[in-house]
Amino acid sequence: MARTLKFQINGLVKMFLLSNIFNDPERMNQLVSIAQTSLYPMIEGAIKITIPLTLITFVLGLILAVLTALARLSSIKIFQIIARVYVSIIRGTPLLVQLFIIFYGLPNLGVTISPFISAIIGFSLSVGAYASEIIRAAILSTPKGQWEAGYSIGMTYTQALKRIILPQAARVSIPPLSNTFISLLKDTSLASLILVAELFRKAQEIAAKNYEFLLLYIEAAALYWILCTILSFIQGSIEDRLNRYVAK
Amino acid sequence: MINIKNLHKSFGDLDVLRGIDLEVKQGKVIVLIGPSGSGKTTFLRCLNLLEVPTDGTIEIDQTIMDFSKPVKKKSITSFRSLTGMVFQSYNLFPHKTALENVMEGPIIVKNIAKHEAKEKATALLTKVGLGEKVDFYPFQLSGGQQQRVGIARALAMEPKVMLFDEPTSALDPELVGDVLQVMKDLAKEEGMTMIVVTHEMRFAREVADEVIFMDEGKIMERGTPDQIFTNPKEARTRKFLNMIQ
Ligand SMILES: Nc1ncnc2c1ncn2[C@@H]1O[C@H](COP(=O)(O)OP(=O)(O)OP(=O)(O)O)[C@@H](O)[C@H]1O
Ligand SMILES: [Mg+2]
Repeated sequence: MARTLKFQINGLVKMFLLSNIFNDPERMNQLVSIAQTSLYPMIEGAIKITIPLTLITFVLGLILAVLTALARLSSIKIFQIIARVYVSIIRGTPLLVQLFIIFYGLPNLGVTISPFISAIIGFSLSVGAYASEIIRAAILSTPKGQWEAGYSIGMTYTQALKRIILPQAARVSIPPLSNTFISLLKDTSLASLILVAELFRKAQEIAAKNYEFLLLYIEAAALYWILCTILSFIQGSIEDRLNRYVAK
Repeated sequence: MINIKNLHKSFGDLDVLRGIDLEVKQGKVIVLIGPSGSGKTTFLRCLNLLEVPTDGTIEIDQTIMDFSKPVKKKSITSFRSLTGMVFQSYNLFPHKTALENVMEGPIIVKNIAKHEAKEKATALLTKVGLGEKVDFYPFQLSGGQQQRVGIARALAMEPKVMLFDEPTSALDPELVGDVLQVMKDLAKEEGMTMIVVTHEMRFAREVADEVIFMDEGKIMERGTPDQIFTNPKEARTRKFLNMIQ
């Protein structure tokens, strides 16, 4: 087992050296020029599709998540059941299968939805389910005394929720929600499989023409990595802002 | 002012309040004492309707609630506004400054204009000795200061009655005095009607009009501080007082 692995690694290294990219200036120039010309359509895909898709979906997903969390916590049985079933189905089935059902499946019922809208629906449902668990846990982690303090100064359930509980729950849920956000950004690459012209689909289209798979997919990976790194920075500054009322 | 008749509260099979009758006149201060688990907190929470009693009636300032029938959410909220509650663990809103804690109720619940609420909240915080700390967050305040913000927050809603549940028992001894002083001023200068659960005997002697000893969900004995502390009639009261002194 260990020997075969070693053998394979040796093989890979040899292949890489034999490909001799670095000793062949002409091939090198060709790769650089492909990388440069493909960068523009990929960035265009990111700016026009990947980023808007991520942002729209995240906002819709969060709204859905708050509603789902509240339904889970409500005293009305039917709300609880609907929320539970929804979360269970979304978490228990692959995202890609969900996207296929919406985009390729629904037309059988006469419901045809554009790729972009299909992606928005699919990803929003997904974020809504995962984030609802985060928000529910955050609401539950707020001490009972906070509700009571709100009630004791005359607040209704809705007022206490909006003014007292959710702001505190928000602080607790920012770190896990930013992870959801970053996962979402990466997951939007799945939309390429339902024909959404986002970043990764652009890479696939170019590669299909010039066969430079390795180069283009690494380039796509680099772009995702840059976007995620920027997001992590933003996440950090939001956390600092929300932590201003907590002892350090 | 306050008239409580046959008040009952049970949690499932557990009868915590077992028929409490109490009348309190305007401006009087009642100190409630009793062993742990006797139902003191539950009693205050029933007056503030954080717990809904299972039976009996409560009348405050000519508004009567009858708990032998189901009560509506709306009437709970409006009845609750007659009383202000001060919690043992302060329960300040950690994401709001002292000033914002006090302004929150007037702005959100009473729809008072922001500048007006701010003026009033500043005045209240000054009165409880925190005029310099209005922009501090709770985590920047000592326990005693937090509790005084808690008192100001309740007062901002202009309740008819103030309820205090062991307001100083979570405090370091050197911080107790300031809080008790604020409560004393409230009773003596403002003539606020107050029900206070506390084991601070000095405070009870100086401020209380009446001391009530509660045990097993009932009022066992009541009287002036002098009667209760120096000459209790019931053996249980005596036993309890010996234990805490
Ligand atoms: N929400 C609840 N559910 C079930 N039982 C409760 C609840 N709240 C209080 N109890 C019970 O009611 C009884 C009275 O509690 P309560 O807190 O009113 O006592 P207390 O006199 O304030 O005691 P302490 O001096 O320890 O604060 C206790 O046995 C307690 O376990
Ligand atoms: Mg208690």
